[in-house]
Amino acid sequence: MKPLNIIVCGSIVPDPLQTLEPVETPQGPALKNEQMLPAVLDPWAACALYEAAHLAASTPGSQVTLVSAGPAPKLRQLMMSVAQKAPFALVAVNAPAGGFADARATAAELAKAIKAIPGLDMSNVLLFGGCSSAARDAGVTMQFLAEELGISEFFQAVDELKFSEDGSFTVLERIEGGSYLKSSCKTLPAAIGWATGSLPEPPNNPRTGMMNMPKIMAALAKAQPAAPAAGGAKYLKTEIPSSKRDTRIVKDMPEEEIAREIVQWIRG
Amino acid sequence: MKILVLVHNGPDGKIAKAALEAVGAAQSLGGEISAVNPVGDVPLHSLDVPALATAIKSSGADIVIAPGTSRFARSLPAAAFRAGAEIDTHITAVSNGPEGVTAQRWAYRQRILCTITRSARPWVLMTDCGVFAPAEEGSFTVENAAPVQATASSECLGTQAAVAGEQTIRPDAEVLFVAGAGWTKKQADGATHPGEAAALIKDFLAASGASLGSSKSLVEIGDEAKEAFGFMSHMNQVGQTGATPRHKKGLSTCCHGEEPHVVGWRFITERRAVNIDANCGWAQGKADVLYVADAFKVMSLVNGMLKP
Ligand SMILES: Cc1cc2nc3c(=O)[nH]c(=O)nc-3n(C[C@H](O)[C@H](O)[C@H](O)COP(=O)(O)OP(=O)(O)OC[C@H]3O[C@@H](n4cnc5c(N)ncnc54)[C@H](O)[C@@H]3O)c2cc1C
Repeated sequence: MKPLNIIVCGSIVPDPLQTLEPVETPQGPALKNEQMLPAVLDPWAACALYEAAHLAASTPGSQVTLVSAGPAPKLRQLMMSVAQKAPFALVAVNAPAGGFADARATAAELAKAIKAIPGLDMSNVLLFGGCSSAARDAGVTMQFLAEELGISEFFQAVDELKFSEDGSFTVLERIEGGSYLKSSCKTLPAAIGWATGSLPEPPNNPRTGMMNMPKIMAALAKAQPAAPAAGGAKYLKTEIPSSKRDTRIVKDMPEEEIAREIVQWIRG
Repeated sequence: MKILVLVHNGPDGKIAKAALEAVGAAQSLGGEISAVNPVGDVPLHSLDVPALATAIKSSGADIVIAPGTSRFARSLPAAAFRAGAEIDTHITAVSNGPEGVTAQRWAYRQRILCTITRSARPWVLMTDCGVFAPAEEGSFTVENAAPVQATASSECLGTQAAVAGEQTIRPDAEVLFVAGAGWTKKQADGATHPGEAAALIKDFLAASGASLGSSKSLVEIGDEAKEAFGFMSHMNQVGQTGATPRHKKGLSTCCHGEEPHVVGWRFITERRAVNIDANCGWAQGKADVLYVADAFKVMSLVNGMLKP
């Protein structure tokens, strides 16, 4: 099979164990202490990166490029661990990343960065990303980006991608009610919004990290600041509705009685 | 205000339930509503996008409302892009007031609730399924748009279940039953009992008709337990990197109730949990009732009581 050129789009999100609080800023809503919050690679984009690395490893001559838009210092911090997971080249865009950043503007910045990759043959690109980010959670950026790049084959919430020798492939997309939609596609370019996929998170490999890091540091140094986003949604309110419940903690109740209570509740 | 509602048929050839909800959302805004089905039977992005974009452009609508089904979630963002429209997804409320049309959606996976508006038109709002009251049949008519010519390098090969056997994801069930990794952990006797655990869960699902949810840790378990739990997959996972199902009641068993899991419970109204640990996450205001007990014993008794 021909070598693959896989571009993975993925950015940073706050560690899901952190408590998040919205604050108002002159530029619109943001998170309290956003710069201080520990960040992780956006989980579904991380799945996309691991799938890309696996696919590249089994298709000799293939290349994986991670394109990441986020504040440069946070990207630098994140790369310390992500660089140890899989071999890839980085293209960094110094831009805001978060739940309130405009998806259209993000996609436009990513497209600009991808088009500027030297020697990139768009007709042979496999564009990967997460099906939805853990920040904006809109599930639209990959479709916007595919449009910006002129890619008309897109598959969303994908758990499996299988290539044949002739370069055609099949995908399984998550649909309603625990089912998959199976499709085939004859040629690239194509874009894939990954769900979980089937690969575990690779362990940190310091050797991979050492190989990746010089290129990554150079890419971070070159990161272009994005143009300020125009347009977008106007936020009238951001709030954390109280979800704390008055938990009744039932200790020392015989199991028989607990079971009866549960059955009554289910039937009631 | 002109509102276009985009709908598509379900696998049974009838208008999808989520589409009735989208019409319901549009009716709650008032205005001149037209409902259009622009897509054919084959759910492919490369065919749906031009059809949807043409429908948006030719309608002259200010607001476009569409259900957040997997089909529209895939294709409508690109269609909005082509039609020069703005789009927001996962909409959980809409209103038409002093600020004009406003919409609510969550950021950070159900952590922060945002109320937004946009001045640009057309504005596409994709509604979350199971949130809006469905429109009454007969309160609107659906026009089938003329097919739009498009080519695709892809082909739809049909649907398949994520796992063999009976379907455990039942969006219409009243109860969500969540199983956590505790079902596969060493128990008081120092041994694991994955076979017994799987049987208890399956018996409960059969007797109650509940939908099955899972923690991330349970769907990622090791090989021994995997065999017994072959009836579940990543699709059952609830939480940050899983689903956010909507059911009236949720019963969590052998699951710790950590925040990345519980964000998936945002829309579960009544919540109860069974856990041997009185200090688990559910005790911290995340459930209405926490039963501090052994789920193996409790669920075996529950199953006995549910049997006819
Ligand atoms: C980026 C990221 C994304 C994540 N996304 C998700 C997500 O989408 N969904 C998700 O679930 N998690 C997610 N997690 C993981 C999450 O933080 C927890 O690790 C996970 O939810 C724990 O699963 P658990 O409660 O089943 O397992 P454990 O933490 O192992 O808990 C097992 C529980 O079982 C109880 N138990 C054991 N035996 C019994 C018994 N006989 N009777 C009753 N109780 C018993 C124990 O007391 C314990 O509380 C994510 C984490 C990260 C970092």
